[in-house]
Amino acid sequence: MVEVLERESEPATSGVASHISINNLSHWFETPTGALQVLDDVNLDIAPGEFVALLGPSGCGKSTLLRLAAGLEPATAGTLTQDGRPITEPDPSRIVVFQDPTLFPWRTVRDNVALGLEAQGILKQEGARVDAALKKVGLQDFAQVYPHQLSGGMAQRAALARALVNNPKLLILDEPLGKLDSLTRLEMQSELVALWRKNGFSALLVTHDIEEALFLAQRVVIFSPRPARIVAEFKVDRPYPRHRGDNVIADLRHEILNCMGLGTSW
Amino acid sequence: MSVMSSAAILGQLPIGATRQKSPSPAVAAPQVSRGSVAPGTAKAIAASAGDFRFYWFGLFAVAAWLALGFIALGIPDKPAGFNDVWPYTQEFGMGALVLSALWAVLSVQAGFRRATGVFGRIGAMFRYVAPWIVTIGIFLAVWETLTAKTGVLEPPFFAPPSSLIDIYVSDYARLAESAFNSVKLLLEGVIWGAVIGLAVGVAIGWSRAINYWVHPLLRFLGPLPPTALLPIAFFFFPSSHAASVFLIALATGFPVAILSWSGVASVNKAYYDVARTMGASEWFLIFRVAIPAALPQVFVGLFMGFGASFVVLVVAEMMGVKSGLGWYLTWAQGYAAYVNMYAGLIVMTIIFSSLISLLFSVRDRVLVWQKGTVKW
Ligand SMILES: Nc1ncnc2c1ncn2[C@@H]1O[C@H](COP(=O)(O)OP(=O)(O)OP(=O)(O)O)[C@@H](O)[C@H]1O
Ligand SMILES: [Mg+2]
Repeated sequence: MVEVLERESEPATSGVASHISINNLSHWFETPTGALQVLDDVNLDIAPGEFVALLGPSGCGKSTLLRLAAGLEPATAGTLTQDGRPITEPDPSRIVVFQDPTLFPWRTVRDNVALGLEAQGILKQEGARVDAALKKVGLQDFAQVYPHQLSGGMAQRAALARALVNNPKLLILDEPLGKLDSLTRLEMQSELVALWRKNGFSALLVTHDIEEALFLAQRVVIFSPRPARIVAEFKVDRPYPRHRGDNVIADLRHEILNCMGLGTSW
Repeated sequence: MSVMSSAAILGQLPIGATRQKSPSPAVAAPQVSRGSVAPGTAKAIAASAGDFRFYWFGLFAVAAWLALGFIALGIPDKPAGFNDVWPYTQEFGMGALVLSALWAVLSVQAGFRRATGVFGRIGAMFRYVAPWIVTIGIFLAVWETLTAKTGVLEPPFFAPPSSLIDIYVSDYARLAESAFNSVKLLLEGVIWGAVIGLAVGVAIGWSRAINYWVHPLLRFLGPLPPTALLPIAFFFFPSSHAASVFLIALATGFPVAILSWSGVASVNKAYYDVARTMGASEWFLIFRVAIPAALPQVFVGLFMGFGASFVVLVVAEMMGVKSGLGWYLTWAQGYAAYVNMYAGLIVMTIIFSSLISLLFSVRDRVLVWQKGTVKW
């Protein structure tokens, strides 16, 4: 508990975390049947070190928003900025973890984790970061193993280490735990919280799991069906590490279900 | 029979010894094999002697090669054409008898079913190849009988297996030189073809502009058999050697290019996203993502290209290059020296199949990461 209070009182430093600002963002895809709008005037601000979760119906445009935030695609209209600078291309300070671990099968776990440093040409100087990242996710004993020898949870941990080794200022998580069994999932939610609190990066998480969003995030943003618009925001003002039985969180869960039109299933 | 009794003695002796040393010989055995050869082998035998069962099937191998030896040595050659007797029949027969004795020894060795180390591996290998040894022995015996001994199959088109020894001894220099020239020419062409094919395949898989121009050419000209270009190539190139290198490279390069292209085109797009967010340059995306991901397909192309290159090599050597195994075959045909032709064909088979095996082991090394996922 002491540690928790310490962390809570610490101001987020802009050195390790980015301020992300999304303004009047709209996006269309060219399809054979014409332009398909997936984002409609989205405005979202992520404070340095903040953990924001996005919830919304399947296919509404959440992953698209994340790709734009990562700089993998240019937005059709509106602006995205990172610490005041427009986001125009991918950058190692904003790393995405996808639902599939997408480890490179021809590289050992260690070489997979080293990918970012190698791509940036700093592996020689910064090699120690690879082992540190492996240790952070508890995979130090599997460094020389190939991805096909890993379980689903271990593979996703390796993907997390591959992201963290870059010291991202924004960690973008697209349903990172979506394909894991429920026990591994709960375990990794706690690990994710611990890693975020320890490293201090800003985090933008997409999930389909309301409890996951409430367990992890400081703010939960609800999207409409496609084209995605923000329909509501919930502040989750609870200290970490959180408890799944927390009454405030249970009430929030009810509210969110209502908001998404699923209140009757409560 | 002395073989049997010594085996029985070996079978009795070490059981007590193993019991004294360790209560669990099954656990102790694997450690033993790491030791130096001689004591390690002794211990390996000792540890496994409790499981000794003579390898009875080995006796079929002994019998087949014994029969081969007796046929070669005991039955006189039937005079045929200008040969009274075939050369090297004695040596052939003696060789068969020696091998027969070797099979007998190995049948004992293969009896130690649990032996480890080199000793155990040789025994296991003998158990594995024994059916083939039997078959080859019978095949050679029938061959020798039908040719040298009865003359059912007549010269010059047929010759006994023993006569091949004659060719390998008397025409050694010419065969070796031909083999060397063939391998040299082949590798020259194959390496050029593989490198250029890979470069072209990756380029059309990567760049839309290159794809626009090169892909139709590849689709249009690719199906043309390189051998059809042989006469033109001999005319346009300064030497028949250069023309052959070009055609072999073409034969290898086409499948390599097509499969590298399809390999690069089917790379999971998420791999690029991952690398790009981590700051990868275009160079990195090509050489560290696209090509490694495409390698399994590239190897399929290499196997196909290798096969095609053999055809072109042999035809080119038969048609214009004045050296190599293809040339040796036509040369032998010109003199109606059919035994030389068989000898040449056997050398060719060994070389080509060795090259393919070599490629397999290179692939297994390069694609270790695939182990357990895909295998062909
Ligand atoms: N490259 C593309 N070209 C055309 N349409 C696309 C493209 N990518 C996504 N879409 C469409 O955009 C819409 C939103 O997709 P997106 O992947 O952002 O949804 P999502 O909210 O992440 O869904 P899910 O929750 O199921 O992951 C979908 O209808 C999808 O078909
Ligand atoms: Mg999605």
